[in-house]
Amino acid sequence: MSHISARPASLPPISLPRRVTAHVAHLLILGLFLIALAPLASLVVTVVSRGWSRLDPTFFTSSMRGVVGAGGGALHAIVGTLLITLAAVVISAPIGIAAAVYLVEYGRGALARALTFLVDVMTGIPSIVAGLFAYAVLSALLGPGARSGLAGALALSVLMVPVVVRSSEEMLRLVPSDLREAALALGSPVYRTILRVVLPTAAPGLVSGVMLGMCRIVGETAPLLLVAGFTDSMNYDLADGRMATLPVFIYSQWQNAGRDHVAYENRAWTAALVLIAMVFAMNLAARLWSSRKVR
Amino acid sequence: MTTTIISERTSIAAQRIEIADVSAYYGSFTALSGVSMTIEPRAVTAFIGPSGCGKSTMLRAINRMHETIPGARVEGSITLGGESVLDRRVDPVAVRSRVGMVFQRPNPFPTMSIRDNVLVGVRLQGRRLSRSDADDLVEMSLRAANLWEPVKAILSKPGGSLSGGQQQRLCIARAIAVKPDVLLMDEPCSALDPISTAAIEELIANLRRDYTVVIVTHNMGQAQRVSDATAFFTVDGAGQPGRLVEYRDTTTMFSRPVDPRTADYLAGRFG
Repeated sequence: MSHISARPASLPPISLPRRVTAHVAHLLILGLFLIALAPLASLVVTVVSRGWSRLDPTFFTSSMRGVVGAGGGALHAIVGTLLITLAAVVISAPIGIAAAVYLVEYGRGALARALTFLVDVMTGIPSIVAGLFAYAVLSALLGPGARSGLAGALALSVLMVPVVVRSSEEMLRLVPSDLREAALALGSPVYRTILRVVLPTAAPGLVSGVMLGMCRIVGETAPLLLVAGFTDSMNYDLADGRMATLPVFIYSQWQNAGRDHVAYENRAWTAALVLIAMVFAMNLAARLWSSRKVR
Repeated sequence: MTTTIISERTSIAAQRIEIADVSAYYGSFTALSGVSMTIEPRAVTAFIGPSGCGKSTMLRAINRMHETIPGARVEGSITLGGESVLDRRVDPVAVRSRVGMVFQRPNPFPTMSIRDNVLVGVRLQGRRLSRSDADDLVEMSLRAANLWEPVKAILSKPGGSLSGGQQQRLCIARAIAVKPDVLLMDEPCSALDPISTAAIEELIANLRRDYTVVIVTHNMGQAQRVSDATAFFTVDGAGQPGRLVEYRDTTTMFSRPVDPRTADYLAGRFG
């Protein structure tokens, strides 16, 4: 019995050193979490407090056309952001989901590996390069110096497609193979199995993936500066001429402030607040959508 | 029940399955070697044997589901009512529309209602149904699966809301809604409790009147209860191919097995 006798006869409480260590670790993790949170909290507080002053109806109902100094609004930039983002989604979602379907359902061998590699590379593309790409396409088609909202959407699509491919791929892989087998065993061709069983099952995830891709691009500035340009006027036509967007609006208000610079800066802050609110709303919508369907 | 029907195939034509010298491979691994047997129509045939003996592989070769696994292939000949199943020119989709399958784990489609789960096979085959034909087909299939009474009031609820045993009966209803000639069942009760198992076994006894039923089971009692003929498969060891050892009518098989390996397995001495 001798070597076993070291075992305590009773069930002791957690030892003091362990309790102390656990406590310290707990506090440490909490502290690091708060440090990580601090910039975010500070950002929200600053943007809300500075953006508040111009959060008035005029901001949402008028453009900057002919406005010098105080007044004016960002309607043209809000409309531009919505149009360009929507166009980017229309371009990217089908391409991204189709690529993911290929990778998960058909992809074997070299082509699939090449596609995965390219998607990885695209994920890391600097956004200004995406802008240059769209600029090059636009120049080749319409001559140098052309600007349009559609070109902006094209640049944003380059950034959005890899996000959509990645998240859709993950969602499609989550669809149990049982369901594919069940459909095939019922005498279904593969394409109909994908259209009727795999995609509907993954739909909530696919939608939230697209929404997250949208959040990724809605705040992009550099490529839009390059190819969509900036204007003080309304422009509802994606195919024709310069189109303002919120990020570019913020940049230009800050950069090109006039003599009454506070008015310009306030507009920039309010535009930032609106942009954050849009991203937040999209994120929330994506989450609600995916939780609604899963149940 | 009269059924005004979905397609030209108005009646079920239970078919004889002839298997001749079939071997099945996963890549370079031979999972099953040299199986020959005739499976009779309007009867239940059970495949039994220890894990890894190739009985599920044999089952999945019949409706060409085996080849859906990358690297998997089948050699030999399988005919269904005289028509070659394994012929490379034969569309596997056409084979599967005539050979239904029920899986080990109930797998109703989670995005679909009970009603849509029954109709999905017809739709996946690209056929269209009028509203009244669809209603008839849903009722007929669910009745045939002994599920009509419990679900007739909740047809629009999701298929996943049913109990495990009911889900499996829904999967059987789904399989028979496309009017196959043959019904393959891959351990259909192994994920179910004894009461649900009894319900499925009773159902199998009814299905044998119309279909050629082949069932893989680990439960020898079940094979004895539901089947007319039993095939015993075994494997000599890991990495070896599975083989068909003995195949005869169930009563004889369980009372007077000829092969000593069958006798040992049935007596619980291995497997």
